[in-house]
Amino acid sequence: MANPSIERRGAEEKLHLANNSYHLRFRSDAKLGWAYVPDDAQMTGGDAITVSLSRFQEALTRNDITHLGVRILPGEDVRLLQPYLARISLVELAFPTFRDGRNYSSARILREQLSYTGEIRAIGQVLADQLFFMVRCGIDALDLDPSVTHAAADAALSRFKYVYQAAGDARRPVWDARLSS
Amino acid sequence: MYKYDDFDHAIVNARVDEFRDQVARRVAGELSEDAFKPLRLMNGLYLQLHAYMLRVAIPYGTLSADQLRMLAHIARSYDKNYAHFTTRQNIQYNWIKLAEAPDLLADLARVEMQAIQTSGNCIRNITTDQFAGATAEEVADPRPYAELLRQYSTFHPEFSFLPRKFKIALTAAPHDRAAIKLHDIGLELYKNATGDIGWRVFVGGGMGRTPIIGKVLREFLPQAYFLGYIEAIMRVYNRYGRRDNIYKARIKILVHELGLEEFHRQVDAEWADIQKTFAEPPAVELERISAFFVNPTFETIATPVAIYDDARKTNPAFDHWVERNVCAHKQQGYSIVTISLKAVGEIPGDASADQMDTIAALADQYSFSDVRVTHEQNLVLPHVRQIDLFALWEKLKDIGLASDNVGLASDIIACPGMDYCSLANARSIPIAQDIAKRLAPIERSTGELKIKISGCINACGHHHAGHIGILGVDKKGEENYQLSLGGSAAEDTTLSTILGPGFDADGVVNAVEKIVACFNTIKRDNERFLDTYRRVGTAPFKEAVYG
Repeated sequence: MANPSIERRGAEEKLHLANNSYHLRFRSDAKLGWAYVPDDAQMTGGDAITVSLSRFQEALTRNDITHLGVRILPGEDVRLLQPYLARISLVELAFPTFRDGRNYSSARILREQLSYTGEIRAIGQVLADQLFFMVRCGIDALDLDPSVTHAAADAALSRFKYVYQAAGDARRPVWDARLSS
Repeated sequence: MYKYDDFDHAIVNARVDEFRDQVARRVAGELSEDAFKPLRLMNGLYLQLHAYMLRVAIPYGTLSADQLRMLAHIARSYDKNYAHFTTRQNIQYNWIKLAEAPDLLADLARVEMQAIQTSGNCIRNITTDQFAGATAEEVADPRPYAELLRQYSTFHPEFSFLPRKFKIALTAAPHDRAAIKLHDIGLELYKNATGDIGWRVFVGGGMGRTPIIGKVLREFLPQAYFLGYIEAIMRVYNRYGRRDNIYKARIKILVHELGLEEFHRQVDAEWADIQKTFAEPPAVELERISAFFVNPTFETIATPVAIYDDARKTNPAFDHWVERNVCAHKQQGYSIVTISLKAVGEIPGDASADQMDTIAALADQYSFSDVRVTHEQNLVLPHVRQIDLFALWEKLKDIGLASDNVGLASDIIACPGMDYCSLANARSIPIAQDIAKRLAPIERSTGELKIKISGCINACGHHHAGHIGILGVDKKGEENYQLSLGGSAAEDTTLSTILGPGFDADGVVNAVEKIVACFNTIKRDNERFLDTYRRVGTAPFKEAVYG
């Protein structure tokens, strides 16, 4: 094989380990201190505010939120965000249990079909053995479950050098790599 | 057959390493059984009634002789000298020690095999026609497409946590040997009126507690859109399939609840979007894969082959075996041989390590080292010269594998049932053994009869698709068996209908005998049981059993 390593398409992709030992972020833009406003709390302004999809329209009308994030629960349709993507800096995709795989589709739709380039963060039961799939779907920030050590996360994310499919990340599928091998 | 390149090897070896690490953590007590369960299930390792069971994938039911020898080695080294071929063209080992499982997977990887996605809520092993590449019926060999699908579905990042398991079957012949209409997605390659080859796509078929025949989602899908269209179906299912109730989570329920028209609309909308970004593997990749499936170097043989014809005329036992177990090959002078794993009194689908080794040697000698597994739990040597059939038959006799019963009453599909399976409500194996013993003496005159037995409602034994289906249930702590008639898994797919109240183990064997006796009195000429049933309905059989 001429070239044993899969090239990354995105030149900027870099692994940044955040100070928080249970947070991984794969972006080089500014890391913001996001605050989530629960549905039953008073909406507040601020530098980086995340809201649920049901309060998203309300948040859009405010001019005191600098960076706006939205939290998507399984079953909610990310395509509803399409008209507002320029205004969104963070999409949080919730995985309340690792078995619920709906938001893997949300991530790929955001990245591949809606061309969203902002941050996508997985929250909830984000376990070691899901990380590889999440990152492959285009998720670029992981709020790790407390059970996951950095070593385990690193191992899970570096295990597979080659992948069979094109997805929401920059990796080339092996059928493409074979063309140049 | 397909050979791994460095990429394929690297991916499978990485998985073996990962699993070794997981098992080490479990054995050391760092992982609880709860945390370990989803990990081991991703590798086909189940905890059954008595031990761990490992299900090994046999992609589209195709094995080389070397791979079969490795399966025999594993049976000897890690199990009790035998294994079980399943209705999904896989193989199961019943007595695996957890600490040894990583070494087992490493042994498998050496012959380009694995247990990836043989369980869990993901796309399972792709299945196809066991006669692929050997039958004249097909418009093209379906195996390169099955391999494309294998690679596409392996560690698919979006579709590894589906609402439920997902099974895809393909065929390229009008005679359906892969039960495609009883799969989540069934794919039939055919030539349309304008001479183009493409896929008829069925969706939402399946057995289990809610049996449904797959419906045509797309009458003709050009080959160029193969994976993108499947991705559209998978995405609609992943997003909208039910997750609130495990029994309503298969795609068939989504299709049923939305209605085919609305499901079709959603898939088309998704497909339109997907086509904007989805990159199908290029034609050279399909060509690369197809090159592994070219015809072996067949000899030019003049027919009829006199030695073969004479042997049939002079040896009735050989002739009977040919009649049932040997099928037409696309190449003149060759035949397709089905090796029955249904010797009367034995466990359907089981093979010993010695038998596997012998079959591997026979495949080397007579069939270009090619072996297939059928969903009816038999094995196939796909390319045998007719001049060799007699010698092959004699060697099969020596190891107890010359049963001349393919498609007959003792060629029974049966799940492992309560002898092994933690889900089962009743035993399947002894029922199959008793029925086979009882009916073997009259099976030749009875003709084609497909009996299928499941030990619980999950229907691994395909009872919904049996000409005679038997379902084991638990009735107040006792094993009870329901009889149903009229199912078919072939191109004329039908679901069987329950005949009446259930029976105990002895009672169901007696009832099946009465049904067959009734059939033999009312059949016309050489009518199959299924055709008689379709002509007369349940009434005469009800009368015979309950009257």
